[in-house]
Amino acid sequence: MTEQLIIAGKSYHSRLLVGTGKYKDFTETRAAIDASGAQIVTVAIRRTNIGQTAGEPSLLEYLPPEEFTYLPNTAGCYSADDAVRTLRLARELLDGHKLVKLEVLGDPNTLYPNVIETIAAAKILVKDGFDVMVYTSDDPIIAKQLEDIGCCAVMPLASLIGSGMGILNPWNLQIIIENAKIPVLVDAGVGSAADAAIAMELGCAGVLMNTAIAAARDPVMMAGAMKKAIEAGRESYLAGRMPKKLYSASPSSPTAGLIS
Amino acid sequence: MMNILINGNVKVFDTSEMTVASLVVALELTGKRLAIEKNGEIVPRSQFADVLLQDGDKLEIVGAVGGG
Repeated sequence: MTEQLIIAGKSYHSRLLVGTGKYKDFTETRAAIDASGAQIVTVAIRRTNIGQTAGEPSLLEYLPPEEFTYLPNTAGCYSADDAVRTLRLARELLDGHKLVKLEVLGDPNTLYPNVIETIAAAKILVKDGFDVMVYTSDDPIIAKQLEDIGCCAVMPLASLIGSGMGILNPWNLQIIIENAKIPVLVDAGVGSAADAAIAMELGCAGVLMNTAIAAARDPVMMAGAMKKAIEAGRESYLAGRMPKKLYSASPSSPTAGLIS
Repeated sequence: MMNILINGNVKVFDTSEMTVASLVVALELTGKRLAIEKNGEIVPRSQFADVLLQDGDKLEIVGAVGGG
């Protein structure tokens, strides 16, 4: 397909973005990401283990930053200040890398986003020159505000992080997509390939997922399934589905020439 | 003697002068990709050799790990 996803001026042929957490080991992480065809991978920023890291493999050895576009996230941040601080460290860590995923959580049980802190952080980060892909609720007004602030992509949840509950409010997503001039990606909540396809059929520019692949019985096979679902959903969206009708008076086979 | 708070733990160093670069060596982190914040301010990698640490400094040393 020549049709590309464009984020912050850069083109990607894959519309599937994947996380790198929750895998058994780095070998499985790499195999799943290869099977997914993803070009953008999220990473978390955490304290380095002091005194026990000699010789320990690192994620970067398995996923070289030259091969993938890293998307450092602010997972685990509950305030705008912590999120901004984390991403400034990420930028230093990744040699001035500007593309980031902002998420500010509001509650440790549900991991529901705190949109007030998210908006505050987005303003600071955009002003500071970051390309901000922002995780948020499926509230169309907040999504539009985040776009107006200057975020390069808005990423509403399908359902709660890690829940695998699928797309709970397709109507809100549709409103967000219709109103947006920047890419809208579903982030969080996708559980199966069907969910991913539905997100793409709604007109999402892409889907970001982690647990749906990592927590599958066979993560590598699921990664391949997700790749196909994203592609199928996108083509289905572009092809334009037939209108839904309760019943049809227009059979697919000729009405003439029936035997009698 | 110098007490430095690194990633939430106090480390004691038997020296009176130490740069960020020599701390990285002392912690056996040479060659690792990391970012360092000193007292809330990022220390750019290019300045590791120039920035001196002081008793009581608070450091955060971070790297990239798997996450969604």
